Amino acid sequence: MEVVDHSHWSPLLGRLWWDAMPQEPIVLATFVVVALGGAALVAGLTYFKLWGYLWKEWFTSVDHKKIGIMYMVLGLVMFLRGFADAVMMRIQQAIAFGGNEGYLNAHHYDQIFTAHGVIMIFFVAMPFVTGLMNYIVPLQIGARDVSFPFLNNFSFWMTTAGAVLVMASLFIGEFAQTGWLAYPPLSNLAYSPWVGVDYYIWALQIAGVGTLLSGVNLIATIVKMRAPGMTMMRMPIFTWTALCTNILIVAAFPVLTAVMTMLTVDRYLGFNFFTNDFGGSPMMYVNLIWIWGHPEVYILILPLFGVFSEVTSTFSGKRLFGYSSMVYATLCITILSYLVWLHHFFTMGSGASVNSFFGITTMVISIPTGAKLFNWLFTMYRGRIRFELPMMWTVAFMLTFTVGGMTGVLLAVPPADFVLHNSLFLIAHFHNVIIGGVLFGIFAAINYWWPKAFGFKLNQFWGKVSFWLWVPGFWVAFMPLYILGLMGVTRRMRTFDDPSLQIFFVIAGIGAAMIAGGIAAMLVQFAVSVWKREELKDESGDPWNGRTLEWATSSPPPEYNFAFTPVVHDIDAWDDMKRCGVTRPTAGFRSIHMPKGTGTGLILAGLSTVLGFAMIWYIWWLAAVSFLGVIGYAIFHTFNYKRDYHIPVETVEATEAERTRQLAAVGA
Amino acid sequence: MSYVRTRGIGLGAPPMRPPESRPKPRQLTALAKVLAALSLTGALSACNTVVLDPAGDVARQQGDLVVISTLLMLLIVLPVMAATCLFAWRYRASNKEAVYQPDWDHSTQLELLIWTAPLLIIICLGALTWVTTHLLDPYRTIGRIDANTPVAANAKPLEVEVVALDWKWLFIYPEQGVATVNELVVPTGRPLHFKITSSSVMNSFYVPAMAGQIYAMPGMETRLHAVVNKPIETVGFSANYSGAGFSNMRFATRAVSDADFAKWAEGVKAGGDKAGGTLDRIAYLQLEKPSEKVPVIRYASVAPDLYDAIVDMCVEPGKMCMSEMMALDARGGLGKAGIRNVEMLAYDKHGREAVAKANANPNAAIQRELAWVRALCRQMPGTAPDNTVKAPTNLRSLTGAGMAAPQSLPLFGKGEQALSQPQAEPVAVNDAAHSSQISRN
Repeated sequence: MEVVDHSHWSPLLGRLWWDAMPQEPIVLATFVVVALGGAALVAGLTYFKLWGYLWKEWFTSVDHKKIGIMYMVLGLVMFLRGFADAVMMRIQQAIAFGGNEGYLNAHHYDQIFTAHGVIMIFFVAMPFVTGLMNYIVPLQIGARDVSFPFLNNFSFWMTTAGAVLVMASLFIGEFAQTGWLAYPPLSNLAYSPWVGVDYYIWALQIAGVGTLLSGVNLIATIVKMRAPGMTMMRMPIFTWTALCTNILIVAAFPVLTAVMTMLTVDRYLGFNFFTNDFGGSPMMYVNLIWIWGHPEVYILILPLFGVFSEVTSTFSGKRLFGYSSMVYATLCITILSYLVWLHHFFTMGSGASVNSFFGITTMVISIPTGAKLFNWLFTMYRGRIRFELPMMWTVAFMLTFTVGGMTGVLLAVPPADFVLHNSLFLIAHFHNVIIGGVLFGIFAAINYWWPKAFGFKLNQFWGKVSFWLWVPGFWVAFMPLYILGLMGVTRRMRTFDDPSLQIFFVIAGIGAAMIAGGIAAMLVQFAVSVWKREELKDESGDPWNGRTLEWATSSPPPEYNFAFTPVVHDIDAWDDMKRCGVTRPTAGFRSIHMPKGTGTGLILAGLSTVLGFAMIWYIWWLAAVSFLGVIGYAIFHTFNYKRDYHIPVETVEATEAERTRQLAAVGA
Repeated sequence: MSYVRTRGIGLGAPPMRPPESRPKPRQLTALAKVLAALSLTGALSACNTVVLDPAGDVARQQGDLVVISTLLMLLIVLPVMAATCLFAWRYRASNKEAVYQPDWDHSTQLELLIWTAPLLIIICLGALTWVTTHLLDPYRTIGRIDANTPVAANAKPLEVEVVALDWKWLFIYPEQGVATVNELVVPTGRPLHFKITSSSVMNSFYVPAMAGQIYAMPGMETRLHAVVNKPIETVGFSANYSGAGFSNMRFATRAVSDADFAKWAEGVKAGGDKAGGTLDRIAYLQLEKPSEKVPVIRYASVAPDLYDAIVDMCVEPGKMCMSEMMALDARGGLGKAGIRNVEMLAYDKHGREAVAKANANPNAAIQRELAWVRALCRQMPGTAPDNTVKAPTNLRSLTGAGMAAPQSLPLFGKGEQALSQPQAEPVAVNDAAHSSQISRN
């Protein structure tokens, strides 16, 4: 491959020059399609005069429910991008055999696998998880909103800013060609001189601010804003897992911020934390990034463990088996997740005793995880299981995740890891736990809480089509990778010599096609459900015979969630209320104090995006201006005293009266 | 499915060993292998799963461990999966026969079971992990050629120095005084001792048919001990992504009989058709430049100090070696005068090309090399500690029998040998990563 000279720099535009425009035909075509699609979207929004509505009701809203939904939309959009990357890799690996170079050159292919990992973890799984917690947690604990509603809006827009930078890298310049964790020395200036790694750094830094602040916010919410009577040991299990996840976020993300900062000063200011020069140690980077990276995988999976607990209990019509054992298992995992990071690089040459220690701590995590699985199992035992879509995803999870967990423990045995490390076996393993755990959990959660968020259920037929394409599709896509790993095939390869491997990649490609069908069916499911929302309407607010407080209010909940803060007497508070025949108060309402929407979050995140972009392209004047802009606008916002308002009592009365009529109509 | 082809090479009959009949402690392995034949490998027999059926004894033990660990975990995974299906079916809402207990949410006996059952499995697996991780530590000399043959007391391992370059592999045979690019030839049945480093970025040296992988990192040396038990032709590669040419960082690997190996080495030394001449520093700097799909090159001779200079990051004329810098720092540094050394230490800051340009004028380079500070920091040769962990002669300690273990295992590189060298420089051996930089000159 010819080396392109990107050394051009001008004071006005920095490194930005014509050579930053898409060079490869595939990217250029994508650019044209995205540009046209984007233009059509903007035109449509303008034509239907939706900008004002979006700005007022959504972008500047500090309502945790709307922010939660925006997080989910962000996750979904980025999921489509990340999946497109996956399909491109599968096609490349299915054809590049015996001298065939495939259709992607190294520069393009290496960006794709890096972007796939970065997007799927930071901009798909994280927004999905954060969105769920944002939407559900305040409702489950009987709160009106999160502790810091403005901060919540700001966090969302910072996450979006990171996503915007990653998407921009597709069309302006390049993304990192380093793998999703950007190990130095490869990610140092000497080996990645252009903008790819800088996009990576700034996207992660800016999104990281959002993630960290959202973690602080949710911890404060869960600790301080629970309804009266809801002691820690009466919290819904999803809220428990959300609490543990946010503790992990607050403890782990600063490590990422620090290590990214060190990489930044290495690249920008000539420091030598991780360089080959002057005693820098790339091994330190590998350690630090995994000290964040391993807790990160538990940040992703823990809330979904909570989802599965709620779903299993609800659809089995039973109390969750072993609630306290579930809580302690979650806490065990939270703590242990900090003691295992080295298992990601047994092969770096640590001594046998160090490797054994980290191998064994890793295995120990499987004990609380196993206990959780048994708890779900015994929740189903002697239940009355309704196989609605959320429960189907949960059973699929239990069967899939068990296998992924097993291969994970296998990889924790250092000598076994020496032969399987970085192989496609590893790829199959972590997709097995992330798809089988996180993604299946997200799907269960979407099907479960959709009626709460929108007031109508999701179409079951298309949901089942999606399910039956996704689950077998997953196995068809990743079983071949397990086998290829045992055949000694390593990851991130662009071309292969041995033609006998090809058939496995073709099978994996077929699996990816099935998954594509599953994703399409899901989009159809959403569209059909919106189309037929009158038929799927749920007036009761409690379509699944739920057990926790979010089902006690209407669907969608009013802005203030609960007219009166509920009082909690048992773990499954709503189930308890239904059994005791608690009647819903219909008089004595008061005006409700609520936070007021603000555009500050969006503006600050917009300025941060500009700051990131300017830093990436060495446009120093713009970086300085946007940095001062961020600081200045943040100070300016502190003088905004119109931060709250009262929902007048008449509005509350009208809303609640409507709710009373609605309930009477469904005969509740 | 011929990822690895096994065949005899050369004139002499390949030293075939009798079929393995494992001694008693290995009965578990034998049992596991029977089961594996039924379950895993049975299903995979159509493909050549080299990881489970390699030609080298170390990889074989690692592959066996994959199978044993899997079986151990299946003990609990299979019942759980079966119970999931069973419960999901039995307690479906439409089955009104099944018992329904909506308030049953606790059972102390069951809680005990669900915590202890995984715990027991993990205790077994943990013990297995501890023992095998120490037994198969790549830094440790191997104690056996195969299950029946211990390494002879006077056996001298073949040393191979491995350098990962962008994007090809350099193998230096110090004993034979030859070097190759993208071709690794080793004798069968002889302990192999690889010293591994990299010139630019992180790679991972991996020959699946021989032994597990280990990272190759610039400015550092990692080690791997292995053996290949039968003649094979296979491939090795980098198992850690290292940039644009990564996919083609493959090298042909052959294991041949001792005689054939000697013959091969003689052939390279004599300089066959493809001989690349002498691999000296200048040739190395040329070779080191990024290139892809490099055909096999064989060098008839090698500059004797080349590999050490590569690890020390001072192949280029005019560069100060890392060990010199470390020795200097160990003496408290030079204060402000140390600034004079900075330029001599730059390795790939601002790109390797810039350094090469700076050193283009040999006079300037030599002058820098002769800077007065350098004279202060010559390190005594032979003071670097040898981090190799020696295999214990008696494995009873590792399997738990006798329990006299701790003293018998110099696990941390500070064994009797290292301690018995009174002049050993107090270079800290980092337990957390004993691939620490090895100072040498």
